[in-house]
Amino acid sequence: MTPEELDRTREREQAADANFEHHVHVCVGTACEALGSEAIAKNIESELKAAGRDGKIKVRCVGCPGLCALGPLVEVEAKDKPADEPATLYQYVKPEDAKEIAASIGGAPATRLQADTRQPFFTRQTKIVLENCGRIDPERIEDYIAADGFQALEKALFEMEPQEVIDEISKSGLRGRGGAGFPTGLKWATVAKSNSPAVSRVPDDILARKFVICNGDEGDPGAFMDRSTMEGDPFRIIEGMLLAGYAVGAGKGYVYVRAEYPLAVKRLRSAIRQAQRGGMLGANIMGSGFNFDIDVRLGAGAFVCGEETSLIASIEGGRGTPRPRPPFPAESGLWGCPTLINNVETMANIAPIIRRGAAWFAGIGTEKSKGTKVFALTGQVNNTGLIEVPMGISLREIVFDIGGGLPEGRSFKAVQTGGPSGGCIPAQYLDMKVDYESLAQVGSIMGSGGMIVMDDQTDMVEIARFFMEFCMEESCGKCVPCRVGTAQMHGLLTRISEGKATQAHLDTLTELCDMVRRTSLCGLGQSAPNPVLSTLRYFKSEYESKLVKDGQHER
Amino acid sequence: MSAKTLTINGKPVSAREDETILDAARDAGVVMPTLCHLDGLTDIGACRMCLVEVTGINKLLPACTTRVAEGMEVRTDTEQLRKYRRMTVELLFAERNHVCAGCVANNHCELQDVGIAVGMDHVRYDYLFPKHDVDLTHTQFGMDQNRCILCQRCVRVCDEIEGAHTWDVLGRGVKARVITDLNQPWGESLSCTSCGKCVMACPTGAIFKLGSTVEESVKDRSKLAFLKNARDKKQWVM
Ligand SMILES: Cc1cc2nc3c(=O)[nH]c(=O)nc-3n(C[C@H](O)[C@H](O)[C@H](O)COP(=O)(O)O)c2cc1C
Ligand code: SF4
Ligand code: SF4
Ligand code: SF4
Ligand code: FES
Ligand code: FES
Repeated sequence: MTPEELDRTREREQAADANFEHHVHVCVGTACEALGSEAIAKNIESELKAAGRDGKIKVRCVGCPGLCALGPLVEVEAKDKPADEPATLYQYVKPEDAKEIAASIGGAPATRLQADTRQPFFTRQTKIVLENCGRIDPERIEDYIAADGFQALEKALFEMEPQEVIDEISKSGLRGRGGAGFPTGLKWATVAKSNSPAVSRVPDDILARKFVICNGDEGDPGAFMDRSTMEGDPFRIIEGMLLAGYAVGAGKGYVYVRAEYPLAVKRLRSAIRQAQRGGMLGANIMGSGFNFDIDVRLGAGAFVCGEETSLIASIEGGRGTPRPRPPFPAESGLWGCPTLINNVETMANIAPIIRRGAAWFAGIGTEKSKGTKVFALTGQVNNTGLIEVPMGISLREIVFDIGGGLPEGRSFKAVQTGGPSGGCIPAQYLDMKVDYESLAQVGSIMGSGGMIVMDDQTDMVEIARFFMEFCMEESCGKCVPCRVGTAQMHGLLTRISEGKATQAHLDTLTELCDMVRRTSLCGLGQSAPNPVLSTLRYFKSEYESKLVKDGQHER
Repeated sequence: MSAKTLTINGKPVSAREDETILDAARDAGVVMPTLCHLDGLTDIGACRMCLVEVTGINKLLPACTTRVAEGMEVRTDTEQLRKYRRMTVELLFAERNHVCAGCVANNHCELQDVGIAVGMDHVRYDYLFPKHDVDLTHTQFGMDQNRCILCQRCVRVCDEIEGAHTWDVLGRGVKARVITDLNQPWGESLSCTSCGKCVMACPTGAIFKLGSTVEESVKDRSKLAFLKNARDKKQWVM
């Protein structure tokens, strides 16, 4: 596709869309699809056809709009709807409701199924990463193009030098969304400057002497931000990787997805095929002379394979275990070549930044944390689901406004962020701004975006034990502190839970937390003690109340 | 190749730029306990015994995988490091069933030596007492999982020096263990050439020669480094 063809496709698609009086969006994300949403779309379509209205109403299968708990979701939007009015949203839709919904279009909404779209859940979010999720058909490249897709790529390839693309990303202030928050522009600059090895060990493509990897392993229990993005807007990830490849001088990219995400894999593969057919991947992209291709690689669902050196070993065909860094992948990664590795959400932010400019992006968020963050909000809140909020929003707004507070009769105790590598934040910090530094200061981390709300009935020792069990089982077993240390800490936590521990056991636990954190080889072991340390910091009395006096415990 | 100067425990040391902190320390006569390192094999930084402090770097670095740098200030023997090392050895002793008195490697076991070196007098952790088997199917050698510390020296020596890649690791976390071929009994392994290198490489009594007494099972590890050096530099004389 040349730039002219891209423009023509966009205009044609937008004009075709404008012909419809109404748009019906049926969510076919994993959660809704599992509840039969494809049948809903089919039924609405046939109802409309039977009524002879299919020329005026467009039914579209879309990615997850975020409120999976209310799914399957169907949204009906009138063409002439004012921009600040929410569209009509139907919840818990069943295939047999299609008739009622189809009949209501253009008239009074089917109130029986209607969801309340005026609540803060809908109004308080800022969507960048998820702007297309729930709006476009993830299996049609034309839909993505109509939503300004590939404009950033065109701009970069024809108007910008690779260095300018890197500068733009640096200026935007974007930081990695995979957990550690490393400045993305700096990482790109390092890869761009690293030299490929003189003798190539690269098996499949001798010309690709640098690589781009998109990390879609998403191993945190309960997290599904990246899955939704890959399922709902796969082309955005392809465009982000293309821009990354152009900027750092790579010729080949891999998306590493866990095999437990079959729908994401299917959509990515279909998107890659369509992009290849459209000339957006492969040789001489858009006639610019730039060559880049992407392959999907599947992980077997090990948490540690999300760690970058482990992920690289896994793509190379080895056992997914980490290795000491340095050398960092930016210098020596896949098959010894300089490799850029970014998280799915990081990649999804790239195209909008190039298209709309660094200044626009840097205008959102706080001084050191720019843009938005997607969270998977779960636990004891009324609205569970996927949310995208500007950095710097307070925890209180997330939990009580967007999340709608806790269910009747429950009171707030803590919110857990960062999954097994993170910590629990108690009520006194509810007004804290959500950004990388603040979260770290209170002993948690931003992490990849899991957020679990806990109520007053939550047993914090049990929470710590749960996460330790996860780390123990997911430890790769390579280094001693993590392999044996997590097992010992888990044993001690179980002992405390069961009322068989003394103060000496608690001291041993505290000492092990420090040792495992400081001496483990990779991030898994280094952060495994975090849930214990943070619950000890804020809820120590819960631990102490479970202890018994020396000599009174069973061995 | 240029040389670098650094200090180890305050003492000035020079090293070639491709050397690790461990190489430099050994040259300078600084003793450091190690377990997964074996001269001649690729280092993997797994046992964490050789961690050192480097001024200006927040993290502890494994001496065996970290290259020297100009002006580096290395500390190998601080209070903190001594404490962590002792805890690491205790964790290893608690992990499997190390009953030294009944072990073929008693008195020439690197794990024992390291335990003594770090001053371990008791184990503060609960023994995990896992149930593990002994593989006696090979005609010449035996393998006792109870003594294995997962240092992967057998895996690397068999892959890198012998080229057979009979050993590998199966499973994750404390359930991980080394296996031969596709988790078959060693005696049925088609790839093993019975060269005996893994027996020499194993730091503990996990891999041993059948029929040898405790006195006889002293291991000669210098041959491995000799082989590696001979191949790399084409020097086949001692
Ligand atoms: C145990 C462990 C698991 C990880 N899992 C993931 C993951 O699932 N997804 C991810 O993007 N990054 C994960 N990371 C972080 C990656 O190593 C890496 O830092 C990240 O992909 C870099 O991308 P970013 O700079 O865009 O954040 C993990 C790290 C560790 C230590
Ligand atoms: S810290 Fe854990 S996961 Fe990481 S290398 Fe060590 S054993 Fe493996
Ligand atoms: S005897 Fe030799 S070939 Fe057989 S497992 Fe040991 S090192 Fe490998
Ligand atoms: S068998 Fe010996 S050499 Fe192999 S991993 Fe176990 S302790 Fe190390
Ligand atoms: S999958 Fe349909 S709303 Fe999330
Ligand atoms: S000897 Fe360096 S980590 Fe084992």
